[in-house]
Amino acid sequence: MKGLLDQEFGKGGVIVTKIDDMVNWARLSSLWPMGFGLACCAIEMMSTYASGYDLDRFGVFPRPSPRQSDVMIVSGTVTFKMADRVRRLYEQMSEPRYVISMGSCSNCGGPYWQHGYHVVKGVDRIIPVDVYVPGCPPRPEALIGGILKLQEKIRKESLMAPAALEKLMARKQIKGTTQKETA
Amino acid sequence: MNLEDIQQLLTRKFGEAIILSTDTEGTPPVLQVSAPQIAEVCRFLHEHEQTYFDYLSCLTALDNGVEENTIEVIYHLYSIPYNFQLGLKVILEREQGGRALPQVPTVSHIWRSADWHEREAFDLLGVIFIGHPDLRRILLPADWKGHPLRKDYQEQAYYHGVKVEY
Repeated sequence: MKGLLDQEFGKGGVIVTKIDDMVNWARLSSLWPMGFGLACCAIEMMSTYASGYDLDRFGVFPRPSPRQSDVMIVSGTVTFKMADRVRRLYEQMSEPRYVISMGSCSNCGGPYWQHGYHVVKGVDRIIPVDVYVPGCPPRPEALIGGILKLQEKIRKESLMAPAALEKLMARKQIKGTTQKETA
Repeated sequence: MNLEDIQQLLTRKFGEAIILSTDTEGTPPVLQVSAPQIAEVCRFLHEHEQTYFDYLSCLTALDNGVEENTIEVIYHLYSIPYNFQLGLKVILEREQGGRALPQVPTVSHIWRSADWHEREAFDLLGVIFIGHPDLRRILLPADWKGHPLRKDYQEQAYYHGVKVEY
């Protein structure tokens, strides 16, 4: 059987779709992570990239520069010395950008939670995280699971401004201020 | 070569007062020597043809806590030609004569490997090595406060705006 795209192309070269779906499909099909690793989780991440698990079949292919990257896989212990660098690398990535926190250290400090004077107790204290992958370190299957979760998340995104939500929030805000004024 | 030979060599050269205590149970056996003379003792053991301790396996420090109020600096020497290992240690007061940090002469001019080991002991335990060519922090960031392997170390509340506590 032909793939989905090939089937669609077979119908005369015209595809009708929503712009949201197409953009999301493009984004989630080529999630290029930034090529960096922090600790033992990076070893698992590297084996996930390699031929045994072959992340390239998901379009996931490490880039040597934050400017070319879509996703940052924080694979390992984030020390305070590294935290400034991680934050700067994140800021150098172009939007839309995503973060996968890989492993216990990156999620919450892991085994260093109590006596780790040098460890940031969760990378979400310095940059926003989209997907947390549990494990110490997570197996390649778990990291692939995290990437699939991120794809799921991207699939639900929309380019449209959430007009209804904005209207609702504006109404709430007015209501809140008037309530405050009357009180 | 054995421990007695080394003790005799040292006392003949530096006098009885050089060896403050001996621990023969340790692996390797450890001699506690007088702190201000540690560099001379090391130089002597390094160069003497009957000892020739040409390799500094390890240099580290140990905090005995606030009650004992001492910090030890421990030297693990190895003589490759004689296949003999020896430990040396000096015991320093945590706050020597009102100075915030204890001081001991460097041995980095005798063994180059002592350079980074002494920087590590300075970084984590706050021991000053007098005469060290480049005594900066080696593991922690330069603007770190305190020496974390001290028994009374208090974590900073925030580092660069990030909360340290869990």
